[in-house]
Amino acid sequence: MSVDENMVRRIANLARIGVSDDDVPGLAKELSAILGFVEQLSELDTDGVKPLTSAVEDKIRGRDDVVTDGGYAEDVLANAPEKDDEYFAVPKVVE
Amino acid sequence: MAETNNLIAGATGDWEIVLGLEVHAQVASTAKLFSGAATEFGAEPNSQVSLVDAAMPGMLPVINWFCVEQAVRTGLGLKAQINNYSVFDRKNYFYPDLPQGYQISQFQQPIVGEGAIEIDLDDGVVKKIGIERLHLEQDAGKSLHDQHPDRSFVDLNRSGVALMEIVSHPDMRSAAEAQAYVKKLRAILRYLGTCDGNMEQGSLRADVNVSVRKPGDELGTRCEIKNVNSIRFIGQAIEFEARRQIDLIEDGGTVEQQTRLFDPKTGETRAMRSKEEAHDYRYFPDPDLLPLEFSQDFVDEIAESLPELPDDKKARFINDYGLTPYDAGVLVGEAENAAFFEAAAEGRDAKAVANMVIGSVFAGLNKADLAIADSPVTAAQVGQLVDLIADDTVSGRTAKEVFELMFEEGPEQGKDPAFIVDEKGLKQVTDTGAIEAAVDEVIAANPDKVAQAQERPKMAGWFVGQVMQATGGKANPQAVNKLVMQKLGLA
Amino acid sequence: MADLTELNLAEARDGLAKKEFSAVELTEAHMARVSASSALNAYVLETPEKALEMAAESDKKIAAGEARPLEGLPIGVKDLFCTKGVRTTACSNILGDFTPPYESTVTQNLWGDGAVMLGKLNNDEFAMGSSNETSRFGPVVNPWKANGTELVPGGSSGGSSAAVAARLGIAATATDTGGSIRQPAAFTGTVGLKPTYGRCSRWGIVAFASSLDQAGPITHTVRDAAMMLTSMASFDKRDTTSIERDVPDYEAALTGDIKGLRVGIPQEYRVDNMPAEIENLWQQGIDWLKAAGAEIVDVSLPHTKYALPAYYIIAPAEASSNLARYDGVRYGARQNGVDIDDMYAQTRAAGFGDEVKRRVMIGTYALSAGYYDAYYVKALQVRRLIAEDFTKAYEKCDVLLTPTTPSAAFPIGKNVEDPLEMYLNDVFTVTVNLAGLPGISVPAGLDSDGLPLGLQLIGKAFGEEELLRTAGVLEEAAGFDAQPQDWWSA
Repeated sequence: MSVDENMVRRIANLARIGVSDDDVPGLAKELSAILGFVEQLSELDTDGVKPLTSAVEDKIRGRDDVVTDGGYAEDVLANAPEKDDEYFAVPKVVE
Repeated sequence: MAETNNLIAGATGDWEIVLGLEVHAQVASTAKLFSGAATEFGAEPNSQVSLVDAAMPGMLPVINWFCVEQAVRTGLGLKAQINNYSVFDRKNYFYPDLPQGYQISQFQQPIVGEGAIEIDLDDGVVKKIGIERLHLEQDAGKSLHDQHPDRSFVDLNRSGVALMEIVSHPDMRSAAEAQAYVKKLRAILRYLGTCDGNMEQGSLRADVNVSVRKPGDELGTRCEIKNVNSIRFIGQAIEFEARRQIDLIEDGGTVEQQTRLFDPKTGETRAMRSKEEAHDYRYFPDPDLLPLEFSQDFVDEIAESLPELPDDKKARFINDYGLTPYDAGVLVGEAENAAFFEAAAEGRDAKAVANMVIGSVFAGLNKADLAIADSPVTAAQVGQLVDLIADDTVSGRTAKEVFELMFEEGPEQGKDPAFIVDEKGLKQVTDTGAIEAAVDEVIAANPDKVAQAQERPKMAGWFVGQVMQATGGKANPQAVNKLVMQKLGLA
Repeated sequence: MADLTELNLAEARDGLAKKEFSAVELTEAHMARVSASSALNAYVLETPEKALEMAAESDKKIAAGEARPLEGLPIGVKDLFCTKGVRTTACSNILGDFTPPYESTVTQNLWGDGAVMLGKLNNDEFAMGSSNETSRFGPVVNPWKANGTELVPGGSSGGSSAAVAARLGIAATATDTGGSIRQPAAFTGTVGLKPTYGRCSRWGIVAFASSLDQAGPITHTVRDAAMMLTSMASFDKRDTTSIERDVPDYEAALTGDIKGLRVGIPQEYRVDNMPAEIENLWQQGIDWLKAAGAEIVDVSLPHTKYALPAYYIIAPAEASSNLARYDGVRYGARQNGVDIDDMYAQTRAAGFGDEVKRRVMIGTYALSAGYYDAYYVKALQVRRLIAEDFTKAYEKCDVLLTPTTPSAAFPIGKNVEDPLEMYLNDVFTVTVNLAGLPGISVPAGLDSDGLPLGLQLIGKAFGEEELLRTAGVLEEAAGFDAQPQDWWSA
């Protein structure tokens, strides 16, 4: 399956990775090659096979409903590229 | 049962509104769904944020088992199918208040399946609204967009708080039905203790799906109005949106599927900025978690601990206390109100108690903007006052006076109704002899009126009024009436 | 004093206990070597002050008779492990100068057992690669050279493998998602161990593919690997995929006795165009184990050839989601934009390298509407078939023996233009990650260019004791003692 340039732009947008017009053809080629490689899976008949999401066979483990975390806003904000007092700051979002 | 006609008249005929609601209810829990940070409302920004909530590199989710319990409890309260096996999926999209770039939610296999609730409409009509599913998911943080010209600010305190998303079937046909649905759902959640239903604080919000069609036609294209956070706004938003869609279609246009926001200031909905791929969430099972599984025992234990729910309580109030459906419905609106009523009604005339609770207590609380927990008049005092009426110590009218005094004074010791009646000398005069004397006096003083009354019996009321005045309002009105009629020869 | 950097972990532990040298001396010797070896570009951040502090603390503990299992032993840490107060970048520009306010569980376990941190090691960006050529800090050079050409040390844990091979740390932490511990170990003549999925906690390790990532050690010897695993492994409540299971003393498993052990030889690992040298080494390995008393069994893992394509759907899919958090909002480097979406697009375009972008995009595609069933679900179904292959094989054998890689280390720059060619490096290793099993690479011989080749042993889930025991026997039989000639010291 090959991906065309429109698809490349669509995927790049979904992934929020900016691509220049110059990048697109090369990416289309590379992605198509990789997809061509992985497509050999369609050779296999997997009817009725249950997908394996995790190698772990154990049951899910949970925690108690107690506060054991948080309360360190300084650490949380310490690496912020931009902040205003106690908030993270980002370019304006228009809804 | 015949459905009320909910059709809206348009230029080209009648239209039917079709409504489905997705309600997001914040789970009443101490800690978040997948992190140990606190969930309390109103904390300093980013002070209830763990490294997991901030989506720092290498952080991993661990489920809060109590939130699972709360979801099961809610599912049982909605008479819904509980799925002992369900899966957490990642819903992928980018937004600054979504730190991971995905929300942990449930897509194809939610924890709760089909259920239903009954909503109470005017005229005592009861309608069943189907619930398609309930699933657990993370809430996002909060963004502030109006503090700065070119910057938005992000507070992640709410990020990761547990939400139950409750999806209804598109069974509602009017704003009133949608409001009744949310009211009922909220009551059930509060009864269960699984969500505090505080819409102002955002613990309960509704996404309203609105579409219109000519009766009998296929479903129209729907628009989703997101995050409506009051019952009043839900009504306004639906009214506006339905009208907008009808006008649009009648003017020759087509309704585009959109996500919209309701603006309370203008009472209008407007489209959100949309991106074409906005809805490709690329759901897949979260590989940092395992499938959510629990035993039937786990479910059964929760089922055994369920409190009596509003509908059952209402039915019991009607059956056991002989209340009207309307009164029962009002009393069970909040569990605390119902409890107040039952405490007051114990061992006495429930209807009389109901009247006083609804008429005086609720009215007084509404006016003073108080919750039942802060009622200046206690359930015991209400009961006592009802007793005083029952044994003719005071008349109904005087009782109202006593009630107001109690309400103003507050529940201090010694200010019980009996005390107040005594203190203010409000005791009803029931002594037949005394009343007879008063009646005789008035009759004697007004011979011309007596003659008039004998011709027009309605004039007896004047005499009753005079006697009441003469006794300072304390005479038992029924006794006065009886004697007046007797003495005038009208009985 | 003999060159303290010639010691392996067990020897150094011994020497410290016998007070032949101090922990500070041991650390200083390694630090000096690290400083002189920048040509290899193995370290992206040296932490000399911290190292000396920790070594001094270790000396105190040793003097007080309170030596912990790894007391005073200097190691390097792959820059994928979050280290508290020490810059952690995953070798990506997008993390900028990110300094975690927390320590990963695995490294915390190591410090808790007395190990000393020399610094952070280079790796392929976000652990995506098989040659350590995609790092923001530039490629790592393999201390092994052939014909004067600079070679790759393997990836993604190239810094870890190069450091250990060049003796810039007695051992190193690494991670393995599709072969990233075992392949670099094979390329550098070191031992690389990937434990069972869930054995080591993933908390605090920059996530690449959640259902495949696993931390493990790169060391000189099998014994050293056992020592490291005993410390690194633990049950961690903060990681839902961490398995609650006691950590045995893995060293105690090294009895040297594999009599009666059934060693499976999977026929499908005999790939087309397999170099004769690799084939011969494999046969050599079979003979060694047979001579040690093992029973050799032919087995079949029929879906082997589909492992690589399945991996290159599953890993990118999970990665595309795991890397969404790198958006310039809360940490790392940010590029300004006219609005939020522009900021995201620019930040991620500038911050991610080409290979990362490719994989994120492949993953995004594989999960997107219309393609999810054909790609992602399909790959997960194939994954189950692969896992079942192993389960069936393990009815007939206890461990499996295969080559680790289809070739020796290749020149830097050879495959950078061809992602698919690069992916083929993982052909023998990815099956193990998909099935969540433990695997180890043991240096077994040299090729005709004098470059190291490794043999891989694959075990049952939580069968690390048996695996290490077998690896110990293989190591003994192979007697690999070649060392790279030092050409890089300043």
